[in-house]
Amino acid sequence: MSYAATHDQHDDHHGAPKGFFQRWCMSTNHKDIGTLYLVFALVMFFIGGSFAMLIRAELFKPGLQLMQPYFFNQLTTMHALVMIFGAIMPAFVGLGNWMIPLMVGAPDMALPRMNNLSFWILPFAFTLLLSTLFMAGGGPAGGWTMYPPLSLQSDSLAYVVFAVHLMGISSIMGAINIIATILNMRAPGMELLKMPVFVWSWLITAFLLIAVMPVLAGAVTMLLTDKYFGTNFFNPGGGGDPVLYQHIFWFFGHPEVYIMILPAFGIISEIVPTFARKPIFGYKAMVFAIASIAFLSFIVWAHHMFAVGLPLGAEIFFMYATMLIAVPTGVKVFNWVATMWGSSMTFETPMLFAVGFIILFTIGGFSGLMLALVPADFQYHDTYFVVAHFHYVLVTGALFAIIAATYYWLPKWTGNMYSEFWAKMHFWNSVIWVNVLFFPQHFLGLAGMPRRIPDYNVAFANFNMISSIGGFLFGATQLIFIGVLIHCAFFSKKKATDRVWEGAKGLEWTVPSPAPHHTFDVPPVIHDDELAHGHVND
Amino acid sequence: MTSGGIRRSFTAAATLALASFGSVVHAAPGPWQLNMERGASTWSQVPYHLNNISLAVCTVIGILVFGAMFIAMFRFRKSRGAVAEKWSHNTMVEVIWTTIPVIILVVLAYLATGGLTSWADTTGSQMTVKVTGYQWKWRYDYVEYQGKPIDKVGFMSKLDTQSDQTRQLASGMDPYAVKVGDENTYLLNVDKPLVVPVDTKIRFVITSGDVIHSWWVPATGWKLDAIPGIINAAWANFQTPGTYRGQCAELCGQDHGFMPIVVVVKSKADFATWLAEQQAQSAAPAAAPAPAAASSTAAPQTSQVAPAADAAKQG
Repeated sequence: MSYAATHDQHDDHHGAPKGFFQRWCMSTNHKDIGTLYLVFALVMFFIGGSFAMLIRAELFKPGLQLMQPYFFNQLTTMHALVMIFGAIMPAFVGLGNWMIPLMVGAPDMALPRMNNLSFWILPFAFTLLLSTLFMAGGGPAGGWTMYPPLSLQSDSLAYVVFAVHLMGISSIMGAINIIATILNMRAPGMELLKMPVFVWSWLITAFLLIAVMPVLAGAVTMLLTDKYFGTNFFNPGGGGDPVLYQHIFWFFGHPEVYIMILPAFGIISEIVPTFARKPIFGYKAMVFAIASIAFLSFIVWAHHMFAVGLPLGAEIFFMYATMLIAVPTGVKVFNWVATMWGSSMTFETPMLFAVGFIILFTIGGFSGLMLALVPADFQYHDTYFVVAHFHYVLVTGALFAIIAATYYWLPKWTGNMYSEFWAKMHFWNSVIWVNVLFFPQHFLGLAGMPRRIPDYNVAFANFNMISSIGGFLFGATQLIFIGVLIHCAFFSKKKATDRVWEGAKGLEWTVPSPAPHHTFDVPPVIHDDELAHGHVND
Repeated sequence: MTSGGIRRSFTAAATLALASFGSVVHAAPGPWQLNMERGASTWSQVPYHLNNISLAVCTVIGILVFGAMFIAMFRFRKSRGAVAEKWSHNTMVEVIWTTIPVIILVVLAYLATGGLTSWADTTGSQMTVKVTGYQWKWRYDYVEYQGKPIDKVGFMSKLDTQSDQTRQLASGMDPYAVKVGDENTYLLNVDKPLVVPVDTKIRFVITSGDVIHSWWVPATGWKLDAIPGIINAAWANFQTPGTYRGQCAELCGQDHGFMPIVVVVKSKADFATWLAEQQAQSAAPAAAPAPAAASSTAAPQTSQVAPAADAAKQG
């Protein structure tokens, strides 16, 4: 590629600013802002994780040992809000920030100042949200879905609503930036259907974000006016309808679920071909599958509401639409397996996490299919079966993909190789304990344990104890991750090559490791056989 | 719809299974329980069998897909000298693995649709019970039985005293000691259970007085949200006398985990005796009914509910 020639001329007078405040708080550089997003997500992952540890500690055995039920409800609510809006989503935005310009040959994001703003809103949003835990009335305790009338009983509603507004503004600006970058800043020759699948997945995800974040903002604003300004959107006593909120919320909420998994699909579609040394199978089908999942995500929202008493026709429609999602999702899984078939694989840590993702996310998909069947959902709904399902798709799905991406691109970011031994320790401990943590929860749900309860009958004691042990060890395992990251960034003596991985293809591997502060000041020349998916038109 | 045929075969299987329990069952979760319970209503076989069928389908697909993946991971390793091939496309297999899942889904959808249709049909019920959720207890009002309205039979049902004392933070009491007979009833027992007759199609009309709750007895095979301003309806016909336990299934505040449901199913004769006793009690001046009971019996199905919301949500 032509990068090397341009590199020498341009990187000397565009280095990173020297002062800490100048560099990090005033940054308009996509790499630095990407790093900020990723560090923020990591901090939030540990805060949300500590809530989960407290939850599993209280559920370790029957009886209340540690906390009052109301505090338990605050923990479950905050765990979800912090993990969804603070850890998973910012981590994907951080990966997008870092990698999308590098993957499409752009010098930076299209709107660098807005990029700075969209990150720096987040610490304020989460300070606002987390501060409620230290207030007299406590934090939000009505669940992350904030269903009225229960959520209207909370003293901290206004704080949560404004925090959600801020997160929404941040997400929308991030999404606009990503769309503008992908549509306007691609290097000549990087046609849409030559883009890496990760870039495609983010382009589609960004449209989902722009479509649904305003819907969430509207729903929570209606909560706010119901509580403080005397409106009756959701108050039956004033002619309102509590179920209306659920329709609006899940019209946001289901696309939101895919916002948290589509970029993960993109990541896995980058990693598997690299370590299989074979182009991704069915590139166009992969892109089309992501697009159809995104479309379907808008017409399945009421499958979260099968037990609210929908009319029969609606239950049937939403059941069929939900089942349909299994088809494009299945295509993606089959294509990953087909990419592996006839390949030449090695199993460095990113590949291990990717393989873990494919198997465990698929298990989450299976329970998702079971949940789609309305009569069965009448039993599963709001039990630990659902808890197991969405943790399989979010922890072993979204989170495993984020970890895989971190190991995959870490040498490019830092210029150093991480410790493969400790990274593998991190993988094997994660994959074992996460299953000890979440698999028994299927059984608890099937046996009849409702979710969001702080205490339970002794019949549920065995599996809860196993699940808690798995939870503590999974939590402890993530400390290894911190160790590997710090070692790689600051102490590793092993320098990364530019290509890093033998089978790596794509523009991001043509720049030096670590990636210089400014890249692609002059657009690179695109050669089709240098792209991860090979010749698309074969 | 196949629901009739499926239901008949389910019923036969259920009758056999329930016969092995003897005449009275105690349906509650068991330690190490791995699968969904069959339930005790004719319809409760539908989710049970759908659960088993879909689990089996998923298991087979999982074995095939993960099996192929593990074979690939074993055979196509660089360390075993595997050389990557160049292909990245095969229209034939792509069509096959798009079509086969569609066929499987159509079969599952067909079974589920039949089951759902029979669930939604509350016609021909012989009894109506109104269930109202409150923070954090349930209220049961008997509306009608065998075509005759029931006057002033209704009561609150809340967590039993022993569980309630044991569940207090640092109570020092042992949850394992909360028992009725041999059965541990910690957090699954109430002071006054709902009593219903066996072998009777009971229509439950479900609403709430404050926030959203969800009325769930796994033995019925369903749960249904109790929503203020809305009346939902579903039915169950318990096939065997016994005690059936459940819990609130929608987060409803601090004591969401502490508002269980107990349904005691009696023979029709025993139920008639029980009902007569209740009616006699409520008629006696000493035991004046609570105000809520009076209002709900005055307008059995629509009290506390805005008529517009009632019309919008048919049962």
